[in-house]
Amino acid sequence: MNNLTTFIEMGGHGLYIWSAYGITAVVFAYNIVRPILMRKEIISAQRRLLQQQAKPAGKENS
Amino acid sequence: MRFFSLPDYQLIMLNWFHRLGAPRSFYEISGRLLPVLWVLSGLSILTGVIWSLGFVPEDYQQGNSVRIMYIHVPAAIVAQSGYAMMAVAGAVFLIWRIKIADVALQCAAPIGASITFLALVTGAIWGKPTWGTWWVWDARLTSTLVLLFLYLGIIALRSAMENRESAGRATAMLALVGVVNLPIIKYSVDWWFTLHQPSSFSLGEKPAMPAEMWIPLLVMVLGYYLFFFTLWATRMRVEILNREFRTDWVQRLVVGS
Repeated sequence: MNNLTTFIEMGGHGLYIWSAYGITAVVFAYNIVRPILMRKEIISAQRRLLQQQAKPAGKENS
Repeated sequence: MRFFSLPDYQLIMLNWFHRLGAPRSFYEISGRLLPVLWVLSGLSILTGVIWSLGFVPEDYQQGNSVRIMYIHVPAAIVAQSGYAMMAVAGAVFLIWRIKIADVALQCAAPIGASITFLALVTGAIWGKPTWGTWWVWDARLTSTLVLLFLYLGIIALRSAMENRESAGRATAMLALVGVVNLPIIKYSVDWWFTLHQPSSFSLGEKPAMPAEMWIPLLVMVLGYYLFFFTLWATRMRVEILNREFRTDWVQRLVVGS
């Protein structure tokens, strides 16, 4: 337990070190998630468009 | 009079290659490479983080705050060389009109902006305990801030222009003009008196720190490069799906998945 607290405190520099690593982790996570979400968005938008095109033209009237 | 006398079928082939062949083959090849890239970049960054936080010795002057170096220096290096690679993509697009180069240019900008942001923020956090200040308007810091604005400018310029072709050309020009900033960042610590220390790493020179400190730094630099390429290729694949929507192979992929 003592070891853990000295590791977290980092000789008084803990706040600086952990915030720097934390911000880096957040920005990395954003960069990983962002293209995954964009891909989903693009694919579902394109699928909707394809389905609309596939519908026969006179179908709305019936 | 035509300058080149290529037979028509070759011109058609070349044209076809430029228009369709490149994005599709990029999509397929990168799809096979990416799992390996994800694993390699994840492993090297994880190794570097554990090493720098848990095993690197304290610096005799800076104490524990030296651990910030392991995320600051790689971010600063990749921020600059990422910009150089993006500018090369811009030049390729301007000269040869290769569509995939414009995709590369577009997709590098947000990643580069993120990494430049990290270089600035981690630098500020490191500066506080070592220099006693978060920020000074010295040459190294200011030119790196300009680098961030260049990346953001490229993103903004593209989103402001409707026509993809002219947006591609304009952003490529801006990217190329911004290259002037790179030597300014690099040599700022030699040209002007700055608070920022000279580079801790340069090719072909022995690092000015013990091996137990620079080897983990090298691992982190490698990890950041791999991560940059991984994110770059991932974003490019998404953008290819977006741009090549009218092609059969993308429509088949959309319906199939």
